[in-house]
Amino acid sequence: MSRLDVKKTYKLYIGGKFPRSESGRSYPALNKDGEVLARVASASRKDLRDAVRTARGAVSGWAGRSGYNRGQILYRIAETLEDRAGTFVEQLTASGSTSAAAKKEVGQAVDRLVWYAGWADKFAQIYGNLNPVSGPFFNISAPEPTGVVGVIAPEEPALLGLVSRLAPVLVPGNTTVVLASESVPMPAITFSEVLDSSDVPAGVVNLLTGSKDDLIPFLADHMDVNAVDAGGATPNQLTRVQEGAVHNVKRVVAPDGTGQSPYRIAAFTETKTVWHPKGL
Amino acid sequence: MTLASQRSSILPDRITTPTLRSFLGGVPSVDDVGAAERVAALSTRSIKRESKLDALMMMIRMMDLTTLEGQDTAGKVAQMSAKAIRPDPLDPDVPSTAAVCVYPNMVKYAVQATEGTSVKVASVATYFPSGLADTDLKVEETSRVVNEGADEVDMVIDRGAFLAGEYFKVFDEIRRVKDASGEAHLKVILETGELGNLDNVRRASMLAMAAGADFIKTSTGKIQPAATLPVTLIMLEAIRDFFEATGVMVGMKPAGGIRTSKDAMKYLVVLNETLGTPWMTPDWFRFGASSLLNDVLMQIRWVKTGRYWSADYFTKD
Repeated sequence: MSRLDVKKTYKLYIGGKFPRSESGRSYPALNKDGEVLARVASASRKDLRDAVRTARGAVSGWAGRSGYNRGQILYRIAETLEDRAGTFVEQLTASGSTSAAAKKEVGQAVDRLVWYAGWADKFAQIYGNLNPVSGPFFNISAPEPTGVVGVIAPEEPALLGLVSRLAPVLVPGNTTVVLASESVPMPAITFSEVLDSSDVPAGVVNLLTGSKDDLIPFLADHMDVNAVDAGGATPNQLTRVQEGAVHNVKRVVAPDGTGQSPYRIAAFTETKTVWHPKGL
Repeated sequence: MTLASQRSSILPDRITTPTLRSFLGGVPSVDDVGAAERVAALSTRSIKRESKLDALMMMIRMMDLTTLEGQDTAGKVAQMSAKAIRPDPLDPDVPSTAAVCVYPNMVKYAVQATEGTSVKVASVATYFPSGLADTDLKVEETSRVVNEGADEVDMVIDRGAFLAGEYFKVFDEIRRVKDASGEAHLKVILETGELGNLDNVRRASMLAMAAGADFIKTSTGKIQPAATLPVTLIMLEAIRDFFEATGVMVGMKPAGGIRTSKDAMKYLVVLNETLGTPWMTPDWFRFGASSLLNDVLMQIRWVKTGRYWSADYFTKD
């Protein structure tokens, strides 16, 4: 006797839980031929508000961990992602990638996480400094996390784009609210399951699927969001982010691909400088 | 008919523990499931725009801004009082809170800081939060805070005595503290988290009101659970029953654990549905809270600007 398929409900990821949208809305994720693959949750502004609140609550815990420990956790994400590579390849192929391209993308995503994991206990040595000053002081600069960062993930590549924009934000101890690829949302939701089983503390990554055009204004205007990585924003969306950012002087990072660079980490840090008397 | 005799009209002629026991035995028992369903249904009400803004302002006017920490200092009290007078210095529409609520030792600083304003000073008393002291000491403490200028006294009942069935002790203590309070308003804290069930909450409410409480209050904030919606509903219903039996209005103060304006909104809905508009004023309803105020201020800004706000832009009491 043939059995019925058990269809999965694709939900949001907020504060280490998988809630449905409070609005109850969903939208269809389509494949290249326009056929419905699944219905995924369509986040509302209230879901975004909840996500920012839980991200704010998670900042001190995440930033308070040692860089070494954050590196361990990022590496753990890579391990778990590798373990579930098959699911990601399936989902990317269903959305139109060739099998070879999908495999390559998943491999790159894993490697990217490993690469950033290595930076977690090293970036401070590069971006920190002992500054020469004329006076009896040690003058020390050290990078600190910016706080709550909104990440607008690129539409494609859905997985590699998300990982490439997210990982460097997490490295220095920021917490995040991610707007996933709207057209290919399923890899992002599966990625949230990877995060959930990789020792990432609740609230450090909050992942929303839904209409970017609906959510971006509330993300951009939110006074408790300290920076926005607009990596996946269209030109109009980027303008909207920049307009909203004036209210609390958010840092805005414009789209610049999905490569890897230590400067991406630096973009989401603030430099703290202290003067310490010398020779006492 | 004087007020005192109005209150005691529902009581037996001779007040002793056995007669009080049979009086409280006549208080109908509570259907827990029904209470939970009632508040769950009322909690789904959605209040929007102008009404929401009005409700947020009302929450502030009804708030007893509270600091009851062992680490309180004169400076902390002065700072909190300034915030109570002018919760949002950037927005002249935001009203003062009803009162500040402090420990007895802090009353003089609170009186000083709120002088000439509408903000009243409430002091906890009767060996808050445990209330485990001799009745004479409790009465003396009450007189002292009133002499120092407290406008309102928040007393705790002796929960141990109540649970042991020594109703006369509880009743007599409230009556004597009420006498010692004089002109000051007396709020009687039942500490519902220690009473065990809703039947006891309803009985303790009736006992406190008959003994002279001007307000009944859920909790000290030191015990979990503190204020909850079902407990508040039952106390409000007791107030309604008491009003119907005696014609005396008694106020209500949920306190402890109300941290978001969304929660506070639910309390206002339950209040409105149970007692109606006569009670919808700071004279008859108060919130005991500390962190609630900033959340309400952030909500007011959200309604006015359309942007979600951050705690970074508001003082930490």
